[in-house]
Amino acid sequence: MAKRAAPEVNAGSMADIAFLLLIFFLVTTTIETDSGISRKLPPIDDTQQEDVIIKEKNLFTVLINGKDQLLVEDELMELKDLRKAATAFLDNGGGTDNEGNKCDYCHGKKDPSSSDHPDKAIISLKNDRETTYSVYISVQNELVAAYNDLRDRRAQDLYGITFKEMQKNLSDVNYKGNKDKLKEKIEKIQVEYPQKLSEVQN
Amino acid sequence: MSKFKKKKSGDLPAISTASLPDIVFMLLFFFMVATVMRENTLLIKNNLPSADQIEKLDKKDLVMYIYAGQPQERFQSQFGKESRIQLNDKFADVKDIAAFIAAERASKREELRDYLTTSLKVDKDANMGLVGDIKQELRKVNALKINYTTKKGDITLNKKGN
Repeated sequence: MAKRAAPEVNAGSMADIAFLLLIFFLVTTTIETDSGISRKLPPIDDTQQEDVIIKEKNLFTVLINGKDQLLVEDELMELKDLRKAATAFLDNGGGTDNEGNKCDYCHGKKDPSSSDHPDKAIISLKNDRETTYSVYISVQNELVAAYNDLRDRRAQDLYGITFKEMQKNLSDVNYKGNKDKLKEKIEKIQVEYPQKLSEVQN
Repeated sequence: MSKFKKKKSGDLPAISTASLPDIVFMLLFFFMVATVMRENTLLIKNNLPSADQIEKLDKKDLVMYIYAGQPQERFQSQFGKESRIQLNDKFADVKDIAAFIAAERASKREELRDYLTTSLKVDKDANMGLVGDIKQELRKVNALKINYTTKKGDITLNKKGN
């Protein structure tokens, strides 16, 4: 008997099978959002604490009401102006910190009626129960952005690299430089512009 | 006449679809690698707000998810339109959070428990009263590391109607 060549398998339906799988995965999976604004909640402390007296000028109050309006330092403000106002407040450097050092790295106006030192400047955020979550997140974002802008600028002045990049390098396993030194630098900037954001309980 | 007819018979050759499976497989592998299986079935609307000052959450296994938002339309007849909390696959009450956190903690190895982060996936139209309640409850059980999970984008996207 003559040997017959094996018939070729028709691969025409391969595409259909692959499409089927593709659509299955498209439907059942999500591209997970795994990033956001990290915050630390204050622990509940029942012990009586002495009230710390903070000067009015070192406090930057942000209020969001139930109609999603912003009241910043007793004045109505648009969301887009918040970052600038917060930066100006933090960077003012009108006085000295607790040890009596002047803020020699501040670029602000040195207005004596605004904050003394980034170390003393506190942002206080208060929201209503009816405030929309998206507005709250926008405000948080702007306030964090104010801190990040200042840190970026300081890092740029000192080391010629942005703060964000330094943090990225720190978590990068392929980073060639000295990580201990980098960590020190990051900590130095964090001390110079500490994030002091307090939320009022309601 | 046959001279002319012959010229007309030159049909277009069929386009070969032999590489189509390869292309589709490529797409398939991309999606398999870039996405993860949905862990919870969402019972609520979960349209996250946008922010651009975000940090990445690494170590997925050390994250606890709390969802909140308006119930989806098919549940609205049963649960109403008020924003609610979802834990695992069920609607939950604010006071259930403590038990949920305790259960999540118990399921992790002891040395890792301090690193647990709570990711708040809250719908952008929810109100802060609910979020405040969740935060207060988290403080009570000493789960202080939280992350407001957001999409990456400009905050102008948070305006109403978007």
